[in-house]
Amino acid sequence: MSAGLEIQLIAIIVAIACSLPGVFLVLRRMSMMSDAITHTILLGIVVAFFITESLTSPLLILGAALMGVFTVFLTETLNGTGLVSEDSAIGVVFPLLFSIAIIIISKYAGAVHLDTDSVLLGELAYAPFNRLTLFGKDMGPKALYSMSVILLLNLVFIVAFFKELKIATFDPALATILGFTPALLHYSLMTLVSITAVGAFESVGSILVIAFMIGPPITAYLMTDDLKRMVMLSALVGSINGVLGYQMAAYFDVSIAGSMAVMTGLVFFLVFVFAPDKGLVSIIRRRSSQKIEFAQKSLLFHILNHEGDPNEALELGINTICQHVNWEMDFLNKMLSSLKKEEKIFMDGDIIRLTAQGKDYAIKSYEEIISEF
Amino acid sequence: MNVFELIMTDYTLQVVSLGSALLGIISGVLGSFAVIRKESLLGDAVSHSALPGIALAFLFTGTKNTEILLLGALTSGLLSTAIIMGISKYSKIKFDSALALILSVFFGGGLVLLTYIQKIPNANQAGLEKFIFGQASTVLLRDVKIIALLGAGLLLLVALFWKEFKIVSFDIDYAQSLGFDTKKITALLFAMIVTSIIIGLQTVGVILMSAMLTAPAVAARQWTDKLSVMVLLSALFGALAGLGGTVLSSVVSRLPTGPMIVIIISLIVLISLTLAPNRGLIWRFLRQKNNKKSISADQSLANLYHLKLDSPQSQGYEIPLIRPNLAQKKNGEQIVKEQLAWLTSKNLVREVNPSRWSITDKGMEYIDTYFKEEV
Repeated sequence: MSAGLEIQLIAIIVAIACSLPGVFLVLRRMSMMSDAITHTILLGIVVAFFITESLTSPLLILGAALMGVFTVFLTETLNGTGLVSEDSAIGVVFPLLFSIAIIIISKYAGAVHLDTDSVLLGELAYAPFNRLTLFGKDMGPKALYSMSVILLLNLVFIVAFFKELKIATFDPALATILGFTPALLHYSLMTLVSITAVGAFESVGSILVIAFMIGPPITAYLMTDDLKRMVMLSALVGSINGVLGYQMAAYFDVSIAGSMAVMTGLVFFLVFVFAPDKGLVSIIRRRSSQKIEFAQKSLLFHILNHEGDPNEALELGINTICQHVNWEMDFLNKMLSSLKKEEKIFMDGDIIRLTAQGKDYAIKSYEEIISEF
Repeated sequence: MNVFELIMTDYTLQVVSLGSALLGIISGVLGSFAVIRKESLLGDAVSHSALPGIALAFLFTGTKNTEILLLGALTSGLLSTAIIMGISKYSKIKFDSALALILSVFFGGGLVLLTYIQKIPNANQAGLEKFIFGQASTVLLRDVKIIALLGAGLLLLVALFWKEFKIVSFDIDYAQSLGFDTKKITALLFAMIVTSIIIGLQTVGVILMSAMLTAPAVAARQWTDKLSVMVLLSALFGALAGLGGTVLSSVVSRLPTGPMIVIIISLIVLISLTLAPNRGLIWRFLRQKNNKKSISADQSLANLYHLKLDSPQSQGYEIPLIRPNLAQKKNGEQIVKEQLAWLTSKNLVREVNPSRWSITDKGMEYIDTYFKEEV
């Protein structure tokens, strides 16, 4: 396998592994927790390193995962005192833990081969150099295996506890009543987020972990209202972002992790603008068509109300109606001509009158509105 | 050499600590508004988003002048804020998700640009990365002058629009009903918060800037319920942390400044959370203990009231009769005795005979007035 292919394969696996817990982070309004966790696991790694004195020990992953859970715990404890709002709690806790990590690293900089830059920024390009050899045989890059294990772990957890996660996410009170202990689920999920972040940031850096955890799920969120579909779509979107990002990085010869983050943003933007139903274009179109429909109905009601009025000539006269409905002349003319085209009104000399069809329509819509109350 | 002497003689240290202290004041003041509006994580997003702006400014101008790089950072910081607001306004995506997305996408874009710049032959790009972690030691006197100038402008604006910022931060609907242009005021406030974040990048870096914005305000919030006092305290805490962190990091060798500042401000937060009067945790603990005591004493009084009504007698009642459950517990009798002594001191209860108590008329009146509903 070529290095490029290996990198893309790793990227796809990382993207899917990140997007699985990411979906629940987004739905539980904890997106920024991914930001906090990806930073604080550095302290976990540093502490574990000083205990084991090895950079390859699996205890590093354990330490980092524990630190991730500890971050969540600390934030929630702080928030639980009622003295600090949730966002401020995150904003206070993670810089502190991260600062401690940086200070320890720089204090022992000579002795440690830990580089904050590489941890935070990551470089996927180096992943293929770190290879797994079994019985003297090259088995491919290590990251491929570690991330596959993490992906499998996430997959098993989410498939096994899908129903529980769903209820705990959308209705925590119901989940408690049914006996699902949302707190346990919550911390299991946070443990998964931490483990995923540790595994992923080794190869892609912590910032890309955030992009992969949050970007694909919110992109998928704009395309569906179904949780199952959202999980699958975000895995798909994540993989596409990874591959496209790599192609872009290879073309311009720039940071692979950075390109994938940028691609995540671009794909989100496209979906944000053009998504059917929830995209910006269809929202604007829907709002303007609602505005026109509302204006047409109001105009029809006005005509219906004043038909046969003593002031009829003033209220419904083509030259004076403008003052009575209080609209811009242009807009009024547009509405009048569209209603004429639909044969709901006709001109009786200077006076605007409803056609039989227009009268039926006006009465029917009026009753529809009234019946809602 | 002692610390004081060091500050008095070391020119670089003077410049750097002045810069950090100014930064602390500015971010303390504007952070107060961000914290009250529950948008303190915006600082994190904006500071990360500044990176592509810095890289682009360098790419186009080729200079590493602080003001040009900061202008680039400001532009991309403002752009990212506008996009975050747009996403959470025009879709069902929540504010925090929008923050996380834009933060990582912009930072990723910054990395892409930095790696691109590194490939340009002869480009004098070294030092751009200092914005990621911040490097206070590179702060020059002219940088401090820029900080002071921008800071003075920001503080002046805060003073001018004090009333507007206050009402928009606490009750935006009310502000709108009074006819304030809330959109413009909010936009101005955001622009100012973003500017204060950008100012801090050089010293504490993009990752730790959110602490500078959040922590002083969170600490100040514990000591007061008044915005003006909170803003002043927050500025003081920010200045203290900036100064202390800088001095400590240069006295204790090889400790980076940004993290040192964050540790000090976190300590201030911790002290405020525990010790602040009224809101502080210790204060609250004592108050709860007190409440528990007085509720229990009220219970004893209420029981005496019932005893007097249900089985009247002039000899008074013994403790096991007054609080049957509590008296059986360890030290229970002692606790009840103390309560009765306290109630006696307030003339609500009278020790008729040794170890026998009865409720006084004043006590009856007290229960009648305050516990009518429950009795």
